[in-house]
Amino acid sequence: MIMEFTHQVHLEYECSAHQLNKTWLINLLVMRRSLNTEFSMGSMADIAFLLLIFFLVATTMEVDQGIIRKLPPMLVSDPVTFHERDILEVLINRDNKLMVEGEETDIAELRALAKEFIANPANESHLPEKVSLHIDHFGDVKVTKKHVISLRSDRGTSYDMYIAVQNELVGAYNELREELAQSRWNLPFLSLSEERKAAIAVIYPMKISEAEPNN
Amino acid sequence: MNKMKRTLQSKENSISTASLPDVVFMLLFFFMVTAVMRETELKIRVNLPDATEVKKLENKSLVRHIFIGKPHTYKQQGVLPLIQIDDSFLDVEDIPESIENWRSVITESDLPKLTISLKVDKETQMGIITDVKQIMRKTQMLKINYAALQSNR
Repeated sequence: MIMEFTHQVHLEYECSAHQLNKTWLINLLVMRRSLNTEFSMGSMADIAFLLLIFFLVATTMEVDQGIIRKLPPMLVSDPVTFHERDILEVLINRDNKLMVEGEETDIAELRALAKEFIANPANESHLPEKVSLHIDHFGDVKVTKKHVISLRSDRGTSYDMYIAVQNELVGAYNELREELAQSRWNLPFLSLSEERKAAIAVIYPMKISEAEPNN
Repeated sequence: MNKMKRTLQSKENSISTASLPDVVFMLLFFFMVTAVMRETELKIRVNLPDATEVKKLENKSLVRHIFIGKPHTYKQQGVLPLIQIDDSFLDVEDIPESIENWRSVITESDLPKLTISLKVDKETQMGIITDVKQIMRKTQMLKINYAALQSNR
């Protein structure tokens, strides 16, 4: 009974409102339809673009790359003596001229010279002495264990030349390691497992001494 | 009939721009994740040398840079190469202090992996670089990288 009553009142009210304010209600309904409740996505895109441009400008994409080397530690005890045959002496003078073992050399020949020195394939007496070592995956191998490449530069040498020489020396080691990896496993050195890489690194240990300056 | 035409016209034949912010935000997040903040502004000219045997440095957060080269304002400051670390010019003797600062903010397990990357202009003479290297050896900072650009000779 009560429900019915309220319902009637409601209907009555709506009816009267409809009759009294007919034009107003229509206006309201029209406005409702035309007003879009979502905000425009266009401005959102602008904001995102601004942020994007900020990050593009404020950040670097360049990768750090270069020739990674290890400096020899400062000598505290007596210097280790090397046999003459175990040292490859590489000198660069202030005019960017290269001298290998006392002979003026072109940089294009350096890599081949260094490779021959490191590997000593013919076991020659003027090249580094070979020591027999037992190495995983390879068994007994003769290794030029004590060889060292002594790289010295003058204070007036240009950095460009110095890096070119470093590059050739590192390249000599990389080529030897690559050749060994190819002949043993038929795989490129870089794709080998860490264990195999380590074994190859024992056979061709990188020993470039870039130590004491000349003057 | 007329009404139908109107409704067809009102549905404009343009692509919805609602997905545009999504695309741009994707790009934005990509750049935010991959990029590292440019921390230093170079005050010297550094043209890196070329090399064929370059390797990428693995851990970017454990690499610190020392820039050496001719200053941009060489007309006032002279053509002698200067050393720039972070945002200031330093003498060779000040390098150990910088190295100590770098070491102090790195956890002990990461200390051996700390690498110093020398970004040196290729026209620089070796003298100043030799000095820097000697200083580094004295402070037992032995991991070094000669920054170079990849070239295919």
